[in-house]
Amino acid sequence: MSGKYQTVIGVEIHVELTTKTKLFCSCAVDFEAKPNTRTCPVCLAMPGTLPVLNAKALEYGIRAGLALNCQISERSIFERKNYFYPDLPKGFQDSQLHQPLSHDGYVEINTNGGKKRIRIHRAHIEGDTARLLHTGEGEIDESLTSFVDFNRSCMPLIEIVTYPDMRSVEEMRAYYETVKSIMQYIEVSDCDMEKGQFRIEANVSLRAVDNPEITTERTEIKNLNSIRYATRAVEYEIKRHTKALESGRTLTMETRLFDVNKGVTRAMRSKEEAHDYRYFPEPDLVPVEPDRDWVEEIRRNLPELPDARRQRFMDEYDLPEHDATLLVSDKKLADYYESCVKSYSNPKTVSNWVLNELLALLSNARQNIDECKITPEHFAGMMKLVDDGTISGKIAKTVYEEMFNTAKMADVIVKEKGLLQIADEAEIARIVEQVMAENPGPVQDYRDGKKKAMGFLIGQVMKATKGKANPQLVNKIFGEKL
Amino acid sequence: MDLCHLTAHEIHDLLVKREVSAVEVAESVFQQIDNVEEKIHSYITLTREDALAKAAEVDSKIKAGEEIPPLAGVPIAIKDNMCTNGVLTTCGSKILCNYVPPYDATVVRKLKEQDAVIVGKANMDEFAMGASTETSHYGVTRNPWDTSAVPGGSSGGPATATIAGEAICALGSDTGGSIRQPASLCGVVGLKPTYGRVSRNGIVAFASSLDQVGTFTKDVADCALMLNAIGGKDEMDSTSVDIPVPDYTKSLINDVKGIRIGVPKEYFVEEGTDPEVTEKVRNAVKVLEKLGAICEEVSLPHTDYGIADYQIISAAEASANLARFDGTRYGYKAEDADSVTQLYKRTRSEGFGAEVKRRIMLGTYVLSAGFYDAYYLKAQKVRTLIKNDFDQAFKRFDVLVTPTSPTPAFKIGEKMDDPLTMYLSDIFTVNCNMAGVPGMSIPCGFSSAGLPIGLQIMAKPFAEEMIFRVAYTFEQNTEHHLKRPKISDE
Repeated sequence: MSGKYQTVIGVEIHVELTTKTKLFCSCAVDFEAKPNTRTCPVCLAMPGTLPVLNAKALEYGIRAGLALNCQISERSIFERKNYFYPDLPKGFQDSQLHQPLSHDGYVEINTNGGKKRIRIHRAHIEGDTARLLHTGEGEIDESLTSFVDFNRSCMPLIEIVTYPDMRSVEEMRAYYETVKSIMQYIEVSDCDMEKGQFRIEANVSLRAVDNPEITTERTEIKNLNSIRYATRAVEYEIKRHTKALESGRTLTMETRLFDVNKGVTRAMRSKEEAHDYRYFPEPDLVPVEPDRDWVEEIRRNLPELPDARRQRFMDEYDLPEHDATLLVSDKKLADYYESCVKSYSNPKTVSNWVLNELLALLSNARQNIDECKITPEHFAGMMKLVDDGTISGKIAKTVYEEMFNTAKMADVIVKEKGLLQIADEAEIARIVEQVMAENPGPVQDYRDGKKKAMGFLIGQVMKATKGKANPQLVNKIFGEKL
Repeated sequence: MDLCHLTAHEIHDLLVKREVSAVEVAESVFQQIDNVEEKIHSYITLTREDALAKAAEVDSKIKAGEEIPPLAGVPIAIKDNMCTNGVLTTCGSKILCNYVPPYDATVVRKLKEQDAVIVGKANMDEFAMGASTETSHYGVTRNPWDTSAVPGGSSGGPATATIAGEAICALGSDTGGSIRQPASLCGVVGLKPTYGRVSRNGIVAFASSLDQVGTFTKDVADCALMLNAIGGKDEMDSTSVDIPVPDYTKSLINDVKGIRIGVPKEYFVEEGTDPEVTEKVRNAVKVLEKLGAICEEVSLPHTDYGIADYQIISAAEASANLARFDGTRYGYKAEDADSVTQLYKRTRSEGFGAEVKRRIMLGTYVLSAGFYDAYYLKAQKVRTLIKNDFDQAFKRFDVLVTPTSPTPAFKIGEKMDDPLTMYLSDIFTVNCNMAGVPGMSIPCGFSSAGLPIGLQIMAKPFAEEMIFRVAYTFEQNTEHHLKRPKISDE
């Protein structure tokens, strides 16, 4: 990162809520439904219809605001944000600008340089627009026809807006992961970015380190369908802004789209020429004044949040920060980990197995943690066999993978596959002698001082016993015979 | 007298006594429509078959000995900005020339629950913007008292249907006077309830913070029956208020002794008001005084800001409410547009009339960056001042009485060239909407040309009972409400 210029990034995240019904009508919130099957006169903006606020969505909004350390406004209102576009059937969106539901909060992110606080300006509720699908290449420019799916129209959204506190793409990423994790923990959204349930927009500008008055105008980047795209887009923008400053230009404030195929951003076609949304208070909805006791009840019922959970894992389970961070990053994974610890009370061991073995298995099988066949009982059963020497640690890995694939208990697998550890000293001694006889060279190397030759010899024993030899005994016997 | 000229409560009595059938009543109304509709043009759509079928149904229930609700079998006209399931609903506009709603407005549903007979959809100024029913895409409605004169607006059709016997009573909507002014010009009782008393669900929105559904009836008793039927909190309308609906017929009391009546002096200025209007209204006040009411002058100092204030706020809200009419999901759609923007522009340019376009542009302007504070925000503050005037007045008075309209019915075409003059027709009615208070117009006399003149009675929020009492007393001690127009060649 050039020391001459400083990147300034602000982020807007839209979180789609998993309430049963939409924000202003009783249509079901259903991400799997066929297009235009979850609609009604209200969310289609038919003449004469009126919005009615979904109380659960309000509750989720308050929950999110509290989890983001925000103040919950005593009074907030909805406002009409007016513009014309095919995905906006009323010709206005019900949003909150001047008096949002919650404001002035923060999250703490972990960066290479330590912890950093990212301040949140506001977290408010609004109704989503319909979904546009463009034929052809999927980009609006190349298509001749666009389709509108009104299932998404009026789905409840929380919009979270930060102050421009981030200084790098890494910080932006960390912020994204942190907020996603929090939203999952408080169970207001599934945060599936591919399904459009978690959408990000970035605002980027660049300024001179020694003179912050030399700054580019900020660019808003839209159409960032994954955190990877967001990262690439922001990196491109930083380059573009750097070029500008270096040639003495400061750019103009604008909105740009990220072109995935070309890896660049470009100015948006006039979606709405002017950005004058003519906000005014929504006359069809009464002001929102949440009962303070209710807000406190919601606060009391907040689950343990990722930060607190990570700290507890470090304190209670004596885990290093890195491991604890990985475990709490996904609430379901953290829940799984803790239920395993309940069954087998060696947290460090459990952590190793989960992080080193289970995550890879899940990834390869494209499974989620809630599809995992290895229950805490499975795991405890396997560890018992390791602890009492029935199988070696190495064999346990094979058993573990087999449990993952078949859901059979460890003892059944060991029996079926004949994986019992060989712990008979005489038997091991016989094999050691055979290996030594077959490999005089390495034996001599070891005796000459090349300690590494031991590894090869042990490997040969393991090969001959198909990994079942008890490693401690093998070591001991080699020690005696060499 | 023909059945079509009776009131709902009279018809109910006859039905219950089995002296007439509901079908006979409906047929009388449709016969009258056949007689006069060509001259008056109260309706855009008639639902004759359904109406007669419903009437027959009511007759079966009566025959079977069932008790019937007060409005059962009563033919009612519905202003065409109220959604009726399966029946064309145009709002008097070309842009909804083919719109058939898939649901009933709440008030329509409530009337249907009482087995009322829906006659048809009544004509109106386009999107309720007007004071003369001259801007409808479907033709002008004429005043039955003088077919060269306007009936008032925007609920012209409901008013004329009621007085001409083309319906027994009607539902209308009132945003700045659109029930009370035509009621005054047509010699019927027109009520705009307190904002929030009646559900707006299914009423095509003009100005969301001002619109209210109300009634046209030939007398105050019918008005009470109608309000009983349509009032009440609705889950589908967040702005409807959770206050129980009393039985308004209990307020039909012929006694105003000791009732304090305020007469706001700002409503009795010479300029712009026909002297005959002032005379008849002052006489009405004297009548009430003689009957024991205590009448006193009062000041509502911010009255004069009302029209400008109303124009700004209603246009602003309308500009947003009408944004949904773009040709993509329902309604009129322009042909051969080659882009979305062109589709929107052509559909709206071709589909909306001149007055509607005027107000959308005005509304957009007052909300735009750089002007919001000076116009819209300022207007909302003034609105609070207007409301305060009423709050203060109602501390001292039970009701306020004023003229409803500055003039009797004016000639068709007379004010169409000057929108501002047209806007001034609402000068006495708009502040009632701005403050959200209830207001009723009742007949109180006729001009020398034989045109009706209306008295407006206003009360504090949710005090309709007080209005009913004063109106009923006045009505029972006068005979204006008994007169019917002679429609030439009837």
